[in-house]
Amino acid sequence: MNATAALTVTRAELEDFLFFEAALLDAWRLDEWLGLFDQGARYLVPAAGAPDDADPTTTLFYIADDHHRLTERIKRLNKPTAHAEFPHSRCRRLVSNVRLLGGSDQAFSVTSNYVTYRSKMGETQTYFGHHLYEMCKVAGQILITKKTTFIDADDIRDQNKVSIIL
Amino acid sequence: MASTKADPGDQHLVQGLVHEDPARGIFRVARRSFVEPDILTRERALIFDRCWLYLGHESEITQPGDFLTRDVGGRTLLFVHGKDGVIRAFFNTCPHRGAMVCREKQGNAGMFRCFYHSWAFNLEGKLVNRPGDECYTTEAREAGHHDLVRVPQIDHYRGLYFVNFQRHSESLAEYLARATEFIDLIMDQSEVGMEIIGGTQEYSIEANWKLLCENSFDGYHAVSTHATYLDYLQSRAGGLVKRNLSVGQAHDLGNGHAVIEYGAPWGRPIALAVPAWGVEGEAEVNAVKARLEARFDPARAERIACLNRNMVIFPNLVLNDIMAITVRTFFPAGPARNLINAWTLAPKDESATMRERRLFNYLEFLGPGGFATPDDCEALALCQRGYANLSEAGWNDLSKGMLSPEPKIDDEVQMRVFWREWQRRIAEEG
Repeated sequence: MNATAALTVTRAELEDFLFFEAALLDAWRLDEWLGLFDQGARYLVPAAGAPDDADPTTTLFYIADDHHRLTERIKRLNKPTAHAEFPHSRCRRLVSNVRLLGGSDQAFSVTSNYVTYRSKMGETQTYFGHHLYEMCKVAGQILITKKTTFIDADDIRDQNKVSIIL
Repeated sequence: MASTKADPGDQHLVQGLVHEDPARGIFRVARRSFVEPDILTRERALIFDRCWLYLGHESEITQPGDFLTRDVGGRTLLFVHGKDGVIRAFFNTCPHRGAMVCREKQGNAGMFRCFYHSWAFNLEGKLVNRPGDECYTTEAREAGHHDLVRVPQIDHYRGLYFVNFQRHSESLAEYLARATEFIDLIMDQSEVGMEIIGGTQEYSIEANWKLLCENSFDGYHAVSTHATYLDYLQSRAGGLVKRNLSVGQAHDLGNGHAVIEYGAPWGRPIALAVPAWGVEGEAEVNAVKARLEARFDPARAERIACLNRNMVIFPNLVLNDIMAITVRTFFPAGPARNLINAWTLAPKDESATMRERRLFNYLEFLGPGGFATPDDCEALALCQRGYANLSEAGWNDLSKGMLSPEPKIDDEVQMRVFWREWQRRIAEEG
């Protein structure tokens, strides 16, 4: 890494960003949430219990969206015909253990732990695990270039499905 | 979950659950069938304890010592590739006190050791070592009570392994009946064989297991339940393949198995390109199709490449050869809870780019995070909730196309095939 590839972003700044991201999702402000992603960004959810290096081109995930499909996923979730999320479930996301793993402002990695509660028609599911983000900071603005959400359970028998953005 | 070959209960309970009136074109199923614990008890005894049930695919345990643990039909099983090359299935329980001998989902082992008292078994299930072996009498040693118990029957068809908990039954080949023709259409997709790709989707639906049987080959719900998936397909560069979703046929395959076979507007890795795959993708798909044409007559090659098939092998194996191939099996944890395992199957010799395309395709529709399956789960859970009203609103209707001379895929003939077999089995003497 050369001297110009500095990392100026701080953990406090990242926490603000990640807490804001969670707030947007909790409020179902999905178009604004999508705006946190860079063009060409990806959103991935491997099968429960998958290792951090799981590869969607060789193993079966739950979600492996390119930017186009992620955009379509958001359009879908905004429609009443996205039956699994109509009416929208109530959700609350807790984000913690935020760590900046290194890189430069052009490309850096961040991890956080999460617990997400989803409630619909009198039933509540709890998702827990960790996120791995690839991000960049362009003109003072943090953007996500890749978000991978790991569900750190043996399976999703207790959660049924993954119909929300985690 | 405990499973015993117990008394299946009162036969009287299950009279008239399936009501068929061919003269008037009416077919109905009592909603009690989805909620009553006593009916589930009969299903365990008369269906899951008697039918051939899917265990796994040969590609999951290719090497001597490879094993996996899997819950099948209420049992917890150990599926093992022996040192002698023989594939076996054992009940995963120590003959000593009953503890599960193996706790890993999969791996490779030279032997299995129960940690409780350290009894060790070779890959053929024979007890080979234990502390204090000298304290057992010869009679106790030789009575054969100290080995892992084998599943009474295990057999396979084209790499798909099934088990049967009865000592004597019809053979697997007889049981599969005409479903073998449609399994062949999947397994013929590669000269060198098919394999399960890594990654299992283990999820659940708060609904009766039979609702997923119906849903897995329901050609009627696609346009309404999966409107957002079809919107997504439209959004992709170049849009849909010019194929009408409803053109196709339903077939009764015997023994409660049925299939729908049809054209559809999505791409197929084998072998129907969509514009979104670009010139390169199209060339690769055409090469795959040319290989099929070299191996089979033109009609069969076209059928394998371009038609889609949703098949339910009674009672609980789904083989859907659609935008990717899904192998799905499931077991009831209760009348209103279904535990599902889903995998995807692909040619072993597929290129890395086709494999990537296939997995991308799978996830756009299938699985707990797909654009379609979550809505199916929602629909089935809503059916189950609706059955709270069964005292006053007690019947499901499956009459669509009842008297059509050529049943289409959005008729309900395939579900009627399932239900007739279900009714026949559930009404048997215990």
